[in-house]
Amino acid sequence: MEELLEILRDMHPDVDFETEEHLIDNGILDSLDIVSLISEISENFDVTITAKDILPENFNSAQALYELVRRLEDEG
Amino acid sequence: MLFTSYAFLGFAAGLLLLYYLLPRRCQQPLLLGASCLFYLAAGPKYILYILFTALTVWFTGVRMGRNTQKAAAYLKEHKEELGKEEKKAYREGQKRVRRRWLAGCLVLNIGVLAVVKYTNFFLANLNGLLTAAGRTGQLSFFALALPMGISFYTFQAVGYLVDVYRGTVEAEEGPFRFLLFVSFFPQLIQGPISRFGDLSQTLYAPHAFDGRQVSFGLQRMLWGYFKKLVVADRLLAAVMTIVGDVGAYQGAYAVVGMLFYTVQLYADFTGGIDVTIGLAQALGITVKENFERPYFSKSLKEYWRRWHISMCSWFRDYLFYPLSTSKAMQRFTKFTRKNLGDKVGRRLPVYVSSFVVWFSTGLWHGASWNFIVWGLLNYAVLMASEELEPLYAKFHARFSVEGRLWYRLLQVGRTFALVCVLNIFDCYATLGETVQAIGSVFTVHNWGVLWDGSLLKLGLAGLDYGILTGGCFLMLGVSLIQRSGSVRERIGRRPYWVRFILWYGLFLAVLLMGAYGVGYDASQFIYNRF
Repeated sequence: MEELLEILRDMHPDVDFETEEHLIDNGILDSLDIVSLISEISENFDVTITAKDILPENFNSAQALYELVRRLEDEG
Repeated sequence: MLFTSYAFLGFAAGLLLLYYLLPRRCQQPLLLGASCLFYLAAGPKYILYILFTALTVWFTGVRMGRNTQKAAAYLKEHKEELGKEEKKAYREGQKRVRRRWLAGCLVLNIGVLAVVKYTNFFLANLNGLLTAAGRTGQLSFFALALPMGISFYTFQAVGYLVDVYRGTVEAEEGPFRFLLFVSFFPQLIQGPISRFGDLSQTLYAPHAFDGRQVSFGLQRMLWGYFKKLVVADRLLAAVMTIVGDVGAYQGAYAVVGMLFYTVQLYADFTGGIDVTIGLAQALGITVKENFERPYFSKSLKEYWRRWHISMCSWFRDYLFYPLSTSKAMQRFTKFTRKNLGDKVGRRLPVYVSSFVVWFSTGLWHGASWNFIVWGLLNYAVLMASEELEPLYAKFHARFSVEGRLWYRLLQVGRTFALVCVLNIFDCYATLGETVQAIGSVFTVHNWGVLWDGSLLKLGLAGLDYGILTGGCFLMLGVSLIQRSGSVRERIGRRPYWVRFILWYGLFLAVLLMGAYGVGYDASQFIYNRF
């Protein structure tokens, strides 16, 4: 989780990712951010996030994103 | 059948009457019949195109849906026997089957769109190249007419197909129900490009008469007609005069043309969507909003989140994300990171995908270099803003202006001016004329025409300017009130006589100030041609 938070903080240092739960709904992360984020996650975790996983509920908070990564890791 | 024609009003009124008078089980067939009738009115042969799309996409969706069900059942049945790797391999194998269905259907439907919309554009460019190469022979053009709404319904059907492939919606088994989704007439000719998951929730449900919904829907339609007939169509004459003769109307005229066209486009397109959403609401069907006060945006990026939302989100979800996250792009990202460093390597693939998206967005709007350049200019501004982001952050940290009213207004004004310049690429006949007009703003100094009465010779009299000013203030006022909730609900809470005066006043305004008269033919909505 800490690794993921670091990636997110690196993109938007001004956002409190531990408490923010509306990253997509509030327009904090836009489509360019999401693609950069996916690229970072692929580099740092052994998962592949595809277009079908890009849903607001998976990206609205750091926790939701972490759960997505865990789920994809489990699916192998 | 134009939304602004008496025939359409009669058609909509008759449909509403039957819709609520007949038993509720008849509502769906009635809507489908009405949609087919609406489409047939545009020309009987065109209905074959939409039937082809509906049939191929429905069939493919059903095949993919059954494959998904079969795969899920197999995995459930063999849960204990199969190892993790075997399950993964099985899932991948089934996914490949679905991908083949998807690819075949996409090729067919995008192919039809490409052939009818872009063949002659392609041939014209090829002829240009042949001439440049010194060849005398020219390729002949095909007499291909564009079926009504093909860009919209093809995208809507393709979106559904990809959603079924991804498993985010279940395949629709009923062919007639699916045909209704593709051909639902209020949104057929200019969108919004609805998602199956959204529209199907209310499209297929039986609807009891709800006076409040019907009245809200009709009020929304009336507001749409006001924007279209009183503002957009009034501006049309001046815009056509200015862009019709680039040699005569330069400098200040070009600026006026840009401003007028941007207001006209807003009133025309949002007005049309108001009619669409309003009519759907009167039928008890929810169509998602397509605009969120776009001209209040503080940047071009924000503008594209608030203008033609359904098209932008379509390109984002079905082109930008798949392209950006594709295996090829991941390999490209790895390559650029390794060779150009993390910072550039991370951004370059995003910029490549964005380029493809904006090129396609331009091309979707029309088979012309004007639109392609318009798309790429939007891309250039957006990417430049992205690169300048750290500079903006430094500026905002140094000067505490962010959030202040005057600064916000400055940002809104700057974005509006930028949109005015970009929009004008839609208007002129050729790219050369557009460049000439924009260039003339800096070279031709005729600013006196703004107050010496010359603007009264553009097809608009003094009274027209008065009505336009009133109309623009009204649109602005409504947008400002909308920020804190629905205007219709707010009006609905007022006493009866206030509501009567407001809505009857608006009705009279459309009737008396609409840009029509003897021999006048209300113009087509701008987005119909896309």
